[in-house]
Amino acid sequence: MSNLLLFPIIIPLIIAAALMLFPNKIKMQRLIALLGALLTLISSVFLLFKVYNDGIQVVTLGSWPAPFGISMVSDLFSSLLVVTTSLIVLFVVLYSFPTIGIKREQSFYYPAVLFLMTGVNGAFTTGDIFNLFVFVEVLLMASYTLIVHGGERQQLRESIKYLLVNIISSALFVAAVAFLYSVTGTLNMADLAVKIPQIENTGILTVIAVLFLVVFGFKAAIFPLYFWLPASYHAPPMPILALFGALLTKVGVYAIMRTYTLFFTMNTGFTHELLAIIAILTILAGCVGALAYFDVKKIIIYNIIIAVGVILFGVSQLNEAGVQGSILYLIHDMMIKAALFFLVGIVAVIFGTSNLRKMGGLMKTYPVLGWTYLVAAFGLAGIPPLSGFPGKLLIVQGGFEGPQFWGSIVILATSLIVLLSAVRIFIYAFWGEPVETKPLKKPAYNAMLFPSMILVAVTVFFGVGAELFMPFVSGAAEVLLNPSLYIEAVFKE
Amino acid sequence: MEIIMSVVIGFLFMAAVYLMLSKSLIRIIIGTGLLSHGAHLLLLTMGGLGGESPPVVADGVSVSDYADPLPQALILTAIVISFAVTSFFLVVAYRAYQELGTDNMELLKGTEDHE
Amino acid sequence: MKTNDVMLQTVTKVVTFIILMFAVHIFFAGHYTPGGGFVGGLLTASAIVLLMLAFGIQTVKKIVPVNYVVMTSVGLLLAIATAAASILFDVPFFTHAYDYFDLPLFGETSLHSAMLFDAGVYLVVVGVTMTIIQTIGEDE
Repeated sequence: MSNLLLFPIIIPLIIAAALMLFPNKIKMQRLIALLGALLTLISSVFLLFKVYNDGIQVVTLGSWPAPFGISMVSDLFSSLLVVTTSLIVLFVVLYSFPTIGIKREQSFYYPAVLFLMTGVNGAFTTGDIFNLFVFVEVLLMASYTLIVHGGERQQLRESIKYLLVNIISSALFVAAVAFLYSVTGTLNMADLAVKIPQIENTGILTVIAVLFLVVFGFKAAIFPLYFWLPASYHAPPMPILALFGALLTKVGVYAIMRTYTLFFTMNTGFTHELLAIIAILTILAGCVGALAYFDVKKIIIYNIIIAVGVILFGVSQLNEAGVQGSILYLIHDMMIKAALFFLVGIVAVIFGTSNLRKMGGLMKTYPVLGWTYLVAAFGLAGIPPLSGFPGKLLIVQGGFEGPQFWGSIVILATSLIVLLSAVRIFIYAFWGEPVETKPLKKPAYNAMLFPSMILVAVTVFFGVGAELFMPFVSGAAEVLLNPSLYIEAVFKE
Repeated sequence: MEIIMSVVIGFLFMAAVYLMLSKSLIRIIIGTGLLSHGAHLLLLTMGGLGGESPPVVADGVSVSDYADPLPQALILTAIVISFAVTSFFLVVAYRAYQELGTDNMELLKGTEDHE
Repeated sequence: MKTNDVMLQTVTKVVTFIILMFAVHIFFAGHYTPGGGFVGGLLTASAIVLLMLAFGIQTVKKIVPVNYVVMTSVGLLLAIATAAASILFDVPFFTHAYDYFDLPLFGETSLHSAMLFDAGVYLVVVGVTMTIIQTIGEDE
């Protein structure tokens, strides 16, 4: 029993509630929000090392014993993701100072960001499927506020669709939980992992597994449920977009990874093959979008979809290399997407548009920005030794070892398309004839560039020093592949 | 009883889908409300209807005469959440109506390129 | 158009207090029987909404000068603080403490720390509901 694992959830919650008391004092808001994000990061790093040294941490809320109360479980996988989330929120808060605008800051922007952080960290930590629903709703509620924040015409129009899609997927979530409860009689994930193998009628469980795939697929934006994502994500301003792109879809991906390794393993021949096929289709659909658009935001948004496909393909192979690769790639993708959105945001501010055709020649005036972007773009495509490489390598290896070797070939081929789509931004925006730019004050530019560069540096470190992180990743993959470790930890309490 | 509940749930889902496919935003919101009601009833029914038996095990009550309290707790949570989401949706719809001047989904199609 | 709302106003003056009393009753009833902070909060909010319907938003703002956003925040903090207090005693989060006390007037009463949490929920529900209604109702 250790309440430490709840700190990354409680700290942002308390800070967010406190920030609602004085919306107009911007300096205080900024300072306290930054402090909150920093404290959360520190506590989550502590948690990571505690889990690494002492094994899986479990708390059952309200002291109710395990299958009856709500378990909060922190294994290496979830604590790694909590650390990454906290890191990204910290950078998003830093990046928001120069970009989000005073009017938004005065209307509860920072509380909404911290509430989102509460929801995401909670969803990563919980060990109860209904509690997962609750935390997903917390983060969705915060995301509804953020996507419509500022109330511009485009935001209002897109947020209606975003709300509708998510309400429907939430209703499906409740329905899926209902079916699961009626079949198994429990909602605790560890208990589910015990009960599900005992049920002989695997047909109904397969249906439920696919229903959950649909529910989480809406959040994770898999093929063919990604249709809402590009338009909705295009609407909000850049820091919010970076936050969404880095975190929101990843909660869906995490939920699929957790449920499809822990307990929906009764009919892998069907469910996991379906997952692999959908993952590959997701990659292809994302590639089409990434090449089709001449809008810098849209290009990176479609790259989110591609990454979701790559991660899920690794999980669907259910072997050591594939799962390890998925975990590495998931962490890499969260950081690199935030960094890319930051950099693209600076480019869009400089030109006053996100249309690639109206850009050009930035290399002469902003060389540092150009080189930073190029490093991030190479990292996205997975060029060694940058951060995308080790994850993708392991996923491809997992594919060749697993049943769907053709998937690995598709991933390798589409890596080139990812590279092309990211470098295209570089070519159009940084090379060519200089285009007239909007005046940008030096301090504001530096304030935007600073968090972006640090984040890119972190991803480079994550790629070059992948060997350092491997013990954590292999530990995380071990728990995913051996559900008995998870079950023992929960019931030991 | 379960059969009646199933029919009711099915009817709620049907009505919800019908309403959500219409063009008017307010009908869509009512549709989402019905959809979540259907999901909540489904959760209650799937957890096993306890009839009149109490959701607590007291002395002298055998386990067979006892209603599972968990689905009740779950739908209470789900109802609170859908209450919050629906009211938020209503506020957004109202703001969107003021700002965009329409509640017709036909006119809310497309992206900024088409403006 | 000015409507004749004497009936509504007269009834409201009486009914509001009945609703408020009932809200308090429901809030405390939530201890062992159906009720609790959420329902109590909704009832309180509905009483205030009734006042608004009868007398107009501006009048109600003058009689109940509460900043509902602050109320929500205070409620949230109260609820989290109650739950987080268990961390100080090194028991799992949300563990609640209770005991029986002999209070004057009430006799033997059981007091739970969960009630503080419920009070937080009550404040949040009233705050959120009123914020929503004020936002929609204000700009006419």
